[in-house]
Amino acid sequence: MNEFQIKKSGIEYDAIVVGSGAGGGMAGYVLANAGLKVLMLEAGAYFDPRIDSQQLKWPWESPRRGAKTTRPFGDFDASYGGWELEGEPYTQKNDSEFAWFRSRMLGGRTNHWGRISLRMGPDDFKPKDGLTADWPLTYQELKPFYDKVDRMIGLYGTVEGIESEPDGIFMPPPKPRLTELFIKKAAQKVGVKVIPGRGSVLTEALPNNKDRAPCFYCGQCGRSCKVYGDFSSSSCLVIPAVNTGNLTVITNAMVREVLTDKSGLATGVSYVDTKDLQEHQVRGKIVILGASACESARLLLNSKSTAHPDGLANNSGVVGKYLHDSTGASMSGYLPQLVDRKRYNEDGAGSVHIYSPWWLDNKKLDFPRGYHIEYGGGFRVPGYAFGWGMEEKNGTVPGKDGKMKAAGGYGAGLKDDYRRFFGTSVWMAGRGTAIARESNYCEIDPEVVDKYGIPVLRFNYKWAPEEVKQARHMQETFKEIMHAMGAVASETHDADTNYGLEAPGKIIHEVGTVRMGDDPKKSALNQWCQAHDCKNLFVVDAAPFVQQGDKNATWTILALSMRTAEYILQQKEKLNIS
Amino acid sequence: MNRRDSLKAIGLTAISAGLVLEACKPGKEKIVKVEEEAQPGRQDFEIARDKKLNSYKFFNDHEMATITVLADIIIPKDDKSGSASEAKVPDFIEFIVKDMPEHQTPMRGGLKWLDLQCLNRFEKTFKDASLNQQIEMVDDIAYPEKVKPGLAQGVAFFNLMRNLTASGFYTTEIGVNDLGYIGNVPNRWEGVPADVLKQYGMEGV
Repeated sequence: MNEFQIKKSGIEYDAIVVGSGAGGGMAGYVLANAGLKVLMLEAGAYFDPRIDSQQLKWPWESPRRGAKTTRPFGDFDASYGGWELEGEPYTQKNDSEFAWFRSRMLGGRTNHWGRISLRMGPDDFKPKDGLTADWPLTYQELKPFYDKVDRMIGLYGTVEGIESEPDGIFMPPPKPRLTELFIKKAAQKVGVKVIPGRGSVLTEALPNNKDRAPCFYCGQCGRSCKVYGDFSSSSCLVIPAVNTGNLTVITNAMVREVLTDKSGLATGVSYVDTKDLQEHQVRGKIVILGASACESARLLLNSKSTAHPDGLANNSGVVGKYLHDSTGASMSGYLPQLVDRKRYNEDGAGSVHIYSPWWLDNKKLDFPRGYHIEYGGGFRVPGYAFGWGMEEKNGTVPGKDGKMKAAGGYGAGLKDDYRRFFGTSVWMAGRGTAIARESNYCEIDPEVVDKYGIPVLRFNYKWAPEEVKQARHMQETFKEIMHAMGAVASETHDADTNYGLEAPGKIIHEVGTVRMGDDPKKSALNQWCQAHDCKNLFVVDAAPFVQQGDKNATWTILALSMRTAEYILQQKEKLNIS
Repeated sequence: MNRRDSLKAIGLTAISAGLVLEACKPGKEKIVKVEEEAQPGRQDFEIARDKKLNSYKFFNDHEMATITVLADIIIPKDDKSGSASEAKVPDFIEFIVKDMPEHQTPMRGGLKWLDLQCLNRFEKTFKDASLNQQIEMVDDIAYPEKVKPGLAQGVAFFNLMRNLTASGFYTTEIGVNDLGYIGNVPNRWEGVPADVLKQYGMEGV
């Protein structure tokens, strides 16, 4: 027997879904519940938060005390993966510094995300400033799906009536922590609006759902939740969909390309088993990509055929282009007036308790669009780096005897300082709209393949002056708020560091690489996230985004994917799914 | 497949067996073998890496003894809790320099720097110097803003030693209890207690 052979499946599924994150999970869930026979391929390992979450572990249960050595957000974080994966490189062009975060696991990056669940607003879909292209749909058209996602998955928040920050169907939000009250008071003093956070964490029982329990306030959503109290695609979508009997999941299945026939229609996909390196081909009547914005673009560009010589769904040439990640900058510090504060449990919910939606009018500013600010601080379970840099703190605050002391030190006095400063920390982080530009893109590197022999992505991404100016404005706002509450900032950023503007990809909100549009010459997908050039191919992750708002992408991915899945059900006959 | 069965299938009842995730239909190709993992939620390479780091020692006995003396000077036993060495901080430092090799040279070189200083001053290494001599030495490198010319390398080393000691101590049960951290347990968050709101004048915010 030839050792190198491709195993071909005899079954033809109604749909093959590539990826199990928010987009793939939702499409799989809707279609499986409607009775379609669906195959889902996940490149990473099986992961069920009920079993695999590191929730409620103590720091001493990790030899590195939860440090970030092997996982970018620490030993207890739920992500299998990060910005660098062994054997799966990506390359850069023109000194680009794009950082590409991949979670190789069931549920993808939804296992560890911040659960901040914001809707995009009417102007995000149809911008009034003319800077970026319109989406091929309006907020009003997507609103019913946002509503359904809210009811199905659950989130907390408050009805505020802000047009650009549309309200959802909310559970009660967690109350602010003490540090957050200081922030709120100070922010309002300097004219920055602060409202309760919006997070997909169940603060009460979710009606008609017996699988998920409400939040028990450990503040550890980043570890994923054993009682399914927050949204992960694994716990809330994929595992329930498997339970219908209609969804089959294959993990450790890295998809190589989408297969097409002579007429150019998708017939299935080929994948490699990452454990035994066996090659497989599976067949489906439709193919749905939810592999993540950049991975879906990579797959399309690697799916070349006579019918699709520039890659699948790429007659327009836009696949890979218009890549954009949120801008991000932050500031942290401490509140000297909180030394020696009373102890109580304020772990709270693991998503934000308060935030500031964009509050200004751009006519008076030197950059377009805007940003929101996320906040936090206070007592947290200690981990690696606890107390780090005390020598920069303990000389700034009078001791219990009212006298200043020399910074640094050792012994009983130092030991007391660690107690005194515990719970005084505050942080704020801006997340803003980056403009989608044709010149920021990913493409196939003509020379490099990964360990499976799959050609890798090469990134070309530069921040423009608009984004740097936005980061400068963030820093100025942070400084004002920190000053107004009497906080001491740990570190400040100026022009030398682009005002602390994170490298693109670091915020992990990258979108836009397979964009939608009404014009097949300028877009890859129609308004149903269906390829203009291949009617049985759909994309349901953040790749279809025309232009992000300053809203975290997940809630919009979920709503769009649900809309696309319902469209597929309506089009069953045309798509030959009977 | 109902939910209870599926939970069984995905391993809630299985601890060591490779588990099988199987959808009911269609066809027979649905069987997916999920790799066995000794520790739930930990990747194979992480388990192997920790095992390897624990299989050899970085610091020699003299270095470990010096680290122990320093750690207990930084965090001594007091009326509230035990010392750094009681919380096994030296073992943590041994592990963490293997986990984060960037700490290896600053730690090894800093310890050597310290011994040379003490040999020149007291004709003894740091660990063999008297307690008074040890404190005299530490006083010269524990206060960054008061450092005398020529001793800045010692300050940099002592800052690292202080930071690693604090990291190692406050992430143990002894350290967490010392801080009075009382979370990491299921509870209900009802907002800031009334007396605390009043203390900081935050009732109306």
